[in-house]
Amino acid sequence: MMMTARGRPLSFYVLAGLMALLLIFLYAPMLCVYILSFQGPDGGMSFPMVGWSFHWFEVLFEGTGGHGIGDVPNSFRRSVRLAAFVSVLSTVIALSAGMAYRRKFPGSNFVFYSAIAAMVLPGIFIGFGIALTFNLMGWTINWWSSGIGAQLTWSLPFGLLIMFIVLGRFNPAYEEAATDLGANARQRFQMIILPIILPGIVGIFVSSITSSYEENARTQLNVGLGNTMPMEVTGLLTGSSTPVLFAIGTLTSLFMFALILGSVLLMGWMARRRAARSEL
Amino acid sequence: MHLKKIAETPDAPTIPAQPTVRQATKGHRFDVELVAVTKRYSATTTAVDDISLRIPRGSYCCLLGPSGCGKSTTLRMLAGHESVSEGAILVQDVEITTLPPIQRGTSMMFQDYALFPHLTALENVAFSLKVRKVPKEERLKRAREYLELVQMDNLANRLPNQLSGGQQQRVALARSLITRPKVLLLDEPLSALDPFLRTRMRAELKRIQKELGITFVHVTHSQEEAMALSDMMVVMNDAKIMQAAPAREIFETPENAFVAKFIGGHNVLVSEGRAVSVRADRCRIGAQPGMRTAKGEITMIEYHGPFVQISLAGDSGDDLTAVMSDAEYFAQEPRIGDRAAISWEASSEHELVA
Repeated sequence: MMMTARGRPLSFYVLAGLMALLLIFLYAPMLCVYILSFQGPDGGMSFPMVGWSFHWFEVLFEGTGGHGIGDVPNSFRRSVRLAAFVSVLSTVIALSAGMAYRRKFPGSNFVFYSAIAAMVLPGIFIGFGIALTFNLMGWTINWWSSGIGAQLTWSLPFGLLIMFIVLGRFNPAYEEAATDLGANARQRFQMIILPIILPGIVGIFVSSITSSYEENARTQLNVGLGNTMPMEVTGLLTGSSTPVLFAIGTLTSLFMFALILGSVLLMGWMARRRAARSEL
Repeated sequence: MHLKKIAETPDAPTIPAQPTVRQATKGHRFDVELVAVTKRYSATTTAVDDISLRIPRGSYCCLLGPSGCGKSTTLRMLAGHESVSEGAILVQDVEITTLPPIQRGTSMMFQDYALFPHLTALENVAFSLKVRKVPKEERLKRAREYLELVQMDNLANRLPNQLSGGQQQRVALARSLITRPKVLLLDEPLSALDPFLRTRMRAELKRIQKELGITFVHVTHSQEEAMALSDMMVVMNDAKIMQAAPAREIFETPENAFVAKFIGGHNVLVSEGRAVSVRADRCRIGAQPGMRTAKGEITMIEYHGPFVQISLAGDSGDDLTAVMSDAEYFAQEPRIGDRAAISWEASSEHELVA
């Protein structure tokens, strides 16, 4: 039988066109932001470019931009600190809950759906509710108490979902085989389960960092003194309007891409180390 | 083989006692005993219903039956991966019903092998020594010895996903054997392999079992596999043991209609008012004087090379099968749709328990 190269159907071109539009919609504005962040000292918030410079990055780091340029370096520090705590907590809690959920217990479905429902509740009201409760109880809101708590209501459901999927795909025969070979519960967890699900755990960790770093709705009322990055940016947007904003956008994007690249490299390194060991 | 095994046993007496006395006092007759074992999942679902079984020492035992008959559950209870609802399990005269897997003297080879994907073949085999904190040098040396036994020492540093199905199985076998089990449990070990590899691995399993002299309990749904391997064949159906005996005994004198039908090669019919089985290779096409006959219509003719298998829809409603030599077949050459009779000697009938 002759195989002839058949043309692609019309639907392919329609769908490919839609995809292209989406990508343009997604990346073209970001590209504008990156370009505009190199605007000259006399340039404004839009094209044309009035010369090229690192002026707005300098303004950003010196905090000498005058009106409206707040405390970006400190906001960044606050956000990173928060993200570090939230991502570690999310990962540990999601892992523990995932392990616990491999056995059904009474009410397990109810607890699961209540945790997941946090994803669809409007964040701003969750944030408001937490702040109100703290106020009622007479507690001071603080980044390490109400702040971390508020962010966990956002990052943890995602972590839980990923963990359930990862452990759902885990072949229980591995564990039985380990038991059969004499491993106790701790050895099973350390030597078998943990190494096999490690990529999933790294995934939860990275997704928790990003969801914490960009969270605003739940965070803003609960973080206490000092702004986080999203709050700072929102403030800048409503207050002043200088290309400093674009410099923040460029740096934040770089930070995020570095994070993703870092985790990809880490996974690659782990895979290579494994392969290298197997070729001994 | 038995003498060798006794000599290997660490607690064997060093003083040369009289061999017969030692046999009587030290030796056990059965490697595995199931005493009225029941597995109930709920009040209404019983996976294994009050079965008793004794497997003589050093034997290759196959648990055979259709899916859902309770054979895998039986194996898992033996392994300690499934609790026993009622009854007791003994391994070499020691009760192990509630002991954890590692203390039972059993080791299980899983259906999909369950090799740890992040560990090399060698590390997989060495795993049980690692959890027992055997020094690295020694555990790798011993793991290598077991890989040699299954002829996998040249691929010791491959990861499981770099190995073929047959190679993975060899590694899994080595990983189970390194725990020095008294009884090796195999859960459908050959079902994931292609037919050619299956017959090769089958021979390999039998060779290793003979070499080690330990008991293998092998779950399968293939009667061909069970017949080829077993010293003892256990046919199960509906949570019960239908018959437990050497393969030849089961084939020649099946206990009941289920066993006769399940192991195949038998006609199950009513003759002179009794339920009987007649081996298909003892039946011939065509009525013969002085022989018993049944009539029907030919529905299928399968050519197998040395023999031809002819199936009939019998007038009594039974399915009938006759196996003829190819020479005999081509002399007569019956066709699908022909009316025909099969005939057999009265002495070929074997009476079944209803």
